[in-house]
Amino acid sequence: MRNPQLNANGELTHLLTLEGLPPDVIRGILDAATPFVSIAEREVKKVPLLRGKAVFNLFFENSTRTRTTFEIAAKRLSADVINLNIGASSTSKGETLLDTVDNLVAMDADIFVVRHSQSGAPHLIAAHLNAHGRTHVHVVNAGDGRHAHPTQGLLDLYTIRHYKREFHHLTVAIVGDVLHSRVARSLIHGLTTLGTPEVRVIGPKTLLPTAVQAMGVRVFHDMREGLRGCDVVVMLRLQNERMKGALLPSAGEFFKHYGLTQDKLSLAKPDVIVMHPGPMNRGVEIDSAVADGDRSVILPQVTFGIAVRMAVMSMIAGN
Amino acid sequence: MKIEIAHGRIVDPRNGVDRVASLYVAAGRVAAVGAAPDGWHANRVIDARGLVVAPGLVDVSARLREPGLEYRATLESEMDAACAGGVTSLACPPDTDPPLDEPGLVEMLKHRARSLNQAHVHPVGALTVQLQGATLTEMGELTEAGCVAFSHADVPLVDTELLRRAMQYASTFGYPLWLRPVDPHIGRLGVAHDGEVATRLGLAGIPAAAETIALATILALVRDTGVRVHLCRLSCAESVAMVRAAKQEGLPVTCDVAVHHLHLCDVDIGWFDSDANLVPPLRSTRDRAALRAGVADGTIDVVCSDHAPVDEDAKQVPFAEAEPGATGLELLLPLTLKWAQEDGVPLSAALARITSEPAKLIGSGAGDLAVGRAADVCVFDPQAYWKVERASLRSQGKNTPFLGLEVPGKVRYTLVAGQFVHEP
Repeated sequence: MRNPQLNANGELTHLLTLEGLPPDVIRGILDAATPFVSIAEREVKKVPLLRGKAVFNLFFENSTRTRTTFEIAAKRLSADVINLNIGASSTSKGETLLDTVDNLVAMDADIFVVRHSQSGAPHLIAAHLNAHGRTHVHVVNAGDGRHAHPTQGLLDLYTIRHYKREFHHLTVAIVGDVLHSRVARSLIHGLTTLGTPEVRVIGPKTLLPTAVQAMGVRVFHDMREGLRGCDVVVMLRLQNERMKGALLPSAGEFFKHYGLTQDKLSLAKPDVIVMHPGPMNRGVEIDSAVADGDRSVILPQVTFGIAVRMAVMSMIAGN
Repeated sequence: MKIEIAHGRIVDPRNGVDRVASLYVAAGRVAAVGAAPDGWHANRVIDARGLVVAPGLVDVSARLREPGLEYRATLESEMDAACAGGVTSLACPPDTDPPLDEPGLVEMLKHRARSLNQAHVHPVGALTVQLQGATLTEMGELTEAGCVAFSHADVPLVDTELLRRAMQYASTFGYPLWLRPVDPHIGRLGVAHDGEVATRLGLAGIPAAAETIALATILALVRDTGVRVHLCRLSCAESVAMVRAAKQEGLPVTCDVAVHHLHLCDVDIGWFDSDANLVPPLRSTRDRAALRAGVADGTIDVVCSDHAPVDEDAKQVPFAEAEPGATGLELLLPLTLKWAQEDGVPLSAALARITSEPAKLIGSGAGDLAVGRAADVCVFDPQAYWKVERASLRSQGKNTPFLGLEVPGKVRYTLVAGQFVHEP
């Protein structure tokens, strides 16, 4: 089965997931992002790479942060940006997802940035476009259900590479609600593809997917044990509705076992970096002292995120 | 009309026949096998050299989508598909809209089916009113109207006391229950087997326990009530082991598997292929191997199509939102043959799973070619391979994960009560 996000020449035409992408493609995106980081430091923060192109932010699930970073990225590439917050209302109006897409294609969309609550929705759109010969229209997955958030995964990889240079000697721990996390899945695929020797996931059994070991990670339930010797610690957001119920007794008990404190962090390597995809729950998954501490690279992640999204959009629209 | 099906390989599992011979049909019934009856003069002779002459297939689960779901399929389209697939008797589950919980609905369905003069249709009645799990249906009336068994389709029964009472009531009158073991709670939000694929794709999982817990409940209540239960659509290795033990214990249970579960596993979901969204879900390769072994050793009595035509709109949505099910009437024979070839199962043993064994469940006197039986016959070419494509399917539902696959076994002729209902 051909990877649905590559064209016949093996070039990236959609970005749906990091799973199955060749290492060179991932490295290529990271390399392409580097010059875009410095653009942010210029007085004129624009390049004309996507001039005349239309980027449709197609958000079926609410998100301010991700949508904004995509919007900034597209505008810095001189694209026209159209934001569509469709939420749950489109289905109540009776229009199917693919009807919506066809209508927007008729408005000459070049890139769809898609956020959807269902795993696989961007794949469905990309397959639909491919099947109808609309290979000039590209899909970027901005987060689908629990499945993937590939641009977040790429910006995490960019951040790690920025601070650690290489992946082949690293131990990376991903902590918290891995079960519901598309961020974790994308990062795991990215890290294993680039040859990271040890990727760990840390959490209670209720928040880890059943067969997570099959993704090539080591599983820890004791956070102290899992953090020992780590170069990178990635904290995941715990959704409010999951803090109390069948998965967890309380946010307080979660913080006691899996919240990142200075004390626990001291078990990692001294030059460890701490990451978080945001938005953070201070006092639930991460202590403020750590979030704002000298090991935290949470804000640089956001900056790199814009550059990585510029790289992705300019690459796929060029292929 | 006298028909001679000449020199084919007659395979009749129930009567232990597997030899090259001619089959003689007169007045809608099997008149003779082998030697022609005295004074035989055929109106029509079919040259069946190189072909297999088998009893018409009996399918214990085929959704015809009537009443209420005619946008998915109609009786006309699906009966046509049945004939093209060599299926001459089928049982349809009660998950129509409204469900088959009143004699009038059952009579209407039987009447509509009869008027088409194709496959025999045997409705399975709803066990509870509206399939809501609260009130028993009038099983006596429904049986008189033509229901061959009672089932709760794919709707989980929450109330185990009601299940126990339903079993007691059914066993009083000898009504069989056809039950798919499914827990109402565990994995209720799931859409795929709780394994590596669901983990990778971020799909909510359905663990095996969702089936085995309900199965254990049913078996315990069968032990108490003595009711005859047919267990529908097993999907897990553990379930096969449990049924094997139950049969050794002497419990009056039989079971079936959907034919797609003999070939596919969760890996076949690929990149969110909604045609592989099935109920129960496609499970691991280990489960699939156990199901195949279970059919081969007879633990699993019956293979069915679990035919579920779904309109394209209901599949062209994200995986978890897709209507589950696959079209199957035309694939029951090819996929059963494919399994038999791959696992070295003799043709007669394989055909028993889709003819004589399911016929026992339906109790209609179909499923074999004994002299005097209504001549329901399927004549097929076991060597002919064909590609499953949308255009090659008669069913209104084109939804099958087997699209593009080459399968063995092309049905040449189908006869129902001595009438040709499918021919080239």
